[in-house]
Amino acid sequence: MNKTPDSDYAIEVTDLCAHYGTRQILFDVNLNVHQGEIMVIMGGSGSGKSTLLRHLLALNIPTSGQIKLLGKDITKISDKEMFKLRKDMGVAFQGGALFGSMTVGENVILPLREHTALDENTMRIMCRMKMEVVDLADFEDLMPSELSGGMIKRAALARAIIMDPKLLFFDEPSAGLDPVAAVELDELILRLRQAMNMTIVVVTHELESAFKIADRITVLDKGRTLITDTVENVRNADNPRIQSLLHRLPRDDAIDADEYLARLTSM
Amino acid sequence: MECDARTEGDFTVISLQGEVDLHFSPRAREIILKHLQQKQHVLVDLSAVDYIDSSGVASLVEGFQHARTNTLKFALVGVSDAAMQILQLSRLDKVFPIFVGIDDAATQL
Repeated sequence: MNKTPDSDYAIEVTDLCAHYGTRQILFDVNLNVHQGEIMVIMGGSGSGKSTLLRHLLALNIPTSGQIKLLGKDITKISDKEMFKLRKDMGVAFQGGALFGSMTVGENVILPLREHTALDENTMRIMCRMKMEVVDLADFEDLMPSELSGGMIKRAALARAIIMDPKLLFFDEPSAGLDPVAAVELDELILRLRQAMNMTIVVVTHELESAFKIADRITVLDKGRTLITDTVENVRNADNPRIQSLLHRLPRDDAIDADEYLARLTSM
Repeated sequence: MECDARTEGDFTVISLQGEVDLHFSPRAREIILKHLQQKQHVLVDLSAVDYIDSSGVASLVEGFQHARTNTLKFALVGVSDAAMQILQLSRLDKVFPIFVGIDDAATQL
């Protein structure tokens, strides 16, 4: 497999700031992910983890800062280079984002049809191999609406890995799944990394899943990085916000009375 | 990727080397199918493969299926660790005949 040029990092995020309108969502986020590493992004609702993911996917443009994927600065490269880079990226969205008018098999094979000139037999076999990998053999002719939640997530994963990407992004793999399906999906992520040496970024707030699959975890809170470290060090971190996340405690932040009143009463 | 074919006894040994990826797997497929269409028994030597992706494995699957349909012998030999991991991911290590070396394949097939 090709090595990332100039660096062992597959992903390098430097001083990333992001806004939605005038509201700042990310504040100087820094994150480096090694080649072949599984990095889990954790944080509560509204912490900025989905916004960070959207920036890593080059779906949003940062206000400032730099994002390098496989050595390429995605804030600076041309559309043509970005198109080429996207072939090395796979994304499994939280809700699957399967095309409802296409069968599961058509969804999974779509990136091959769009990006390669492979023989039809080769594409069909590749599609069925990936369906086997995610344990969805014989489901290729079903429509997405005929699948369960866990099956949709697995079909989305099959589509995400159909091109054997170097970078895999997975948004909330375990959310909404029964415990057995969630564990199976975690196992599958680990097998994919082992077999294909993929660099994998997983966004989740499922603690058990994060601790099982992560090499390192980055915890976001209110758009800032609280910690990026190994599972063990994150578990033992003495930051109260991290501990409240890990122990599922409700936040008990101090309230600025003036700011709060202003938010309620300003015209 | 480099690819060469030679005759060893009853078999054509096709050696794949380097990276068998989206760019080069069509050539590997073409060579494997060409020899099978000429009714030759085929061993694919993967000992010098650094990396094989799904398109490369798909070419091997298609070759194996073609061989079975036409009652020809087909096996993988010297499967490198990197290649074996990919085969195991989709459980194809339990589907392909796999041998350590050419001699083993020739005597056991």
